[in-house]
Amino acid sequence: MLASLAGIIERDLRLAFRRKGDVAQVLVFFVIVASLFPLGTGAEPNQLRAMGPGVVWVAALLAALLSLNRLFAADYADGSLEQMLIAAHPLAVTVAGKTIAHWLTTGLPLTLLAPLLGVQYDLPGAALGALVASLALGTPVLSLIGAVGAALTLGTRGAAVLLALLVLPLYVPVLVFGAGAVGAALAGLPHGAHLSLLGAFLVFSTVFAPWATCAALRIALD
Amino acid sequence: MSTKELDFGEHAARGEWWLRYAAPQAFFPLAGRLIPYFVVLAVVFAACGLYLGFFVAPTDFQQGEAYRIIFLHVPAAWMSMFLYVVMALWGALGFVLNTRLSGMMASAIAPTGALFTFIALWTGALWGKPTWGTWWVWDARLTSELILLFLYVGFIALKASIDDPRRADRAGAVLALVGVVNVPIIYFSVQWWNTLHQGASVSLTRSPSMATTMLWGMLLMALAAWMYAIAVCLARVRLIIREREREMAWMRELGGGE
Repeated sequence: MLASLAGIIERDLRLAFRRKGDVAQVLVFFVIVASLFPLGTGAEPNQLRAMGPGVVWVAALLAALLSLNRLFAADYADGSLEQMLIAAHPLAVTVAGKTIAHWLTTGLPLTLLAPLLGVQYDLPGAALGALVASLALGTPVLSLIGAVGAALTLGTRGAAVLLALLVLPLYVPVLVFGAGAVGAALAGLPHGAHLSLLGAFLVFSTVFAPWATCAALRIALD
Repeated sequence: MSTKELDFGEHAARGEWWLRYAAPQAFFPLAGRLIPYFVVLAVVFAACGLYLGFFVAPTDFQQGEAYRIIFLHVPAAWMSMFLYVVMALWGALGFVLNTRLSGMMASAIAPTGALFTFIALWTGALWGKPTWGTWWVWDARLTSELILLFLYVGFIALKASIDDPRRADRAGAVLALVGVVNVPIIYFSVQWWNTLHQGASVSLTRSPSMATTMLWGMLLMALAAWMYAIAVCLARVRLIIREREREMAWMRELGGGE
């Protein structure tokens, strides 16, 4: 089972590596969105510091959302998803592997890139640490919940907009505590509670989201 | 996946007579017979509730007459949350038992739930302007109600974008179940976000000594909203049955197939 999990992760990573543009596009989108806000609101440092955590988090959320249709759509279109459905190992292993690979190609780079944007918003060192920690815990949740939405919208009309409509409301708790952790660190308050709650979301969604994703995939390929 | 049809005779023999109503052709006439009763109940409850609310209940000494919108606002807010849970329950039932009617019921409930959510938000804004001086605050309840509206819209949009009704039903069921698990999490996270940011701000809690007539008026209006929701959902599920089963022999006999 672990071997098939590793196999699926390796396959998806290799596919992503061969189409580097897709991965890069998401990161560039993240940087552009976060860089547009000061142009719209003015570059007063105190104001930038106040909105920095929220802006970077919302930009990360949107970037993760953009990359979600990559998760199953290509495999659905060329029929390999159907083969995975009837493979010897459980479907949950496939879903877990693809979700992990998705996080490795979007969530992880976003997390690593975020301090740079934090510096643009004049965030101090402690807040940058909190930003990285909250994104490291939060972006896997985005991939896990997003996988449910991606599976539900497979083969539907207007899948991209629909996906945003389904997934964004479910991202609210992650956004609240992710940006909240950075905000607390910024105010010099302890932010351990926020990170603990993000960790709780991660555990909770690791248990339940793949189940819902499997159910949705079975419906889509019925 | 095969459609498991419930065997009428078998269930009737076991005394589970009500299970026969899981079949659309049995439920269709039953719903038609039930609708008038719920309409009458809704009208009676609404008449009593509105009379109590607008003529009997005393004027609030802080908010004046403006508070009377509570008789629409609170029942709508209650129904908006209650209907989402009911919708998810029908979805779960359909997902587990694979009955056709459950998905139709979930589809029938969604627009009414979204309507009540919208009414709660709209009347809340109308109430907020004279009492708080603003149409909208990022209060925990307001924000979670808004997100609930988004969840309803997502559910309706997902169903609308899948052509095969059976597939739409089951995809909707998964989404409703994911949503219903998330609603409390969203509520508490928004509540905590709010308290973290702006401390104790305007709160929706009213003066603790609510007059009993006010309470009765509110409860009657809530019952009226409930009965209305049942009547409208039954009427809508009849339309959905007509639409989906128009090729069936029993529907053609009813004259619904043209």
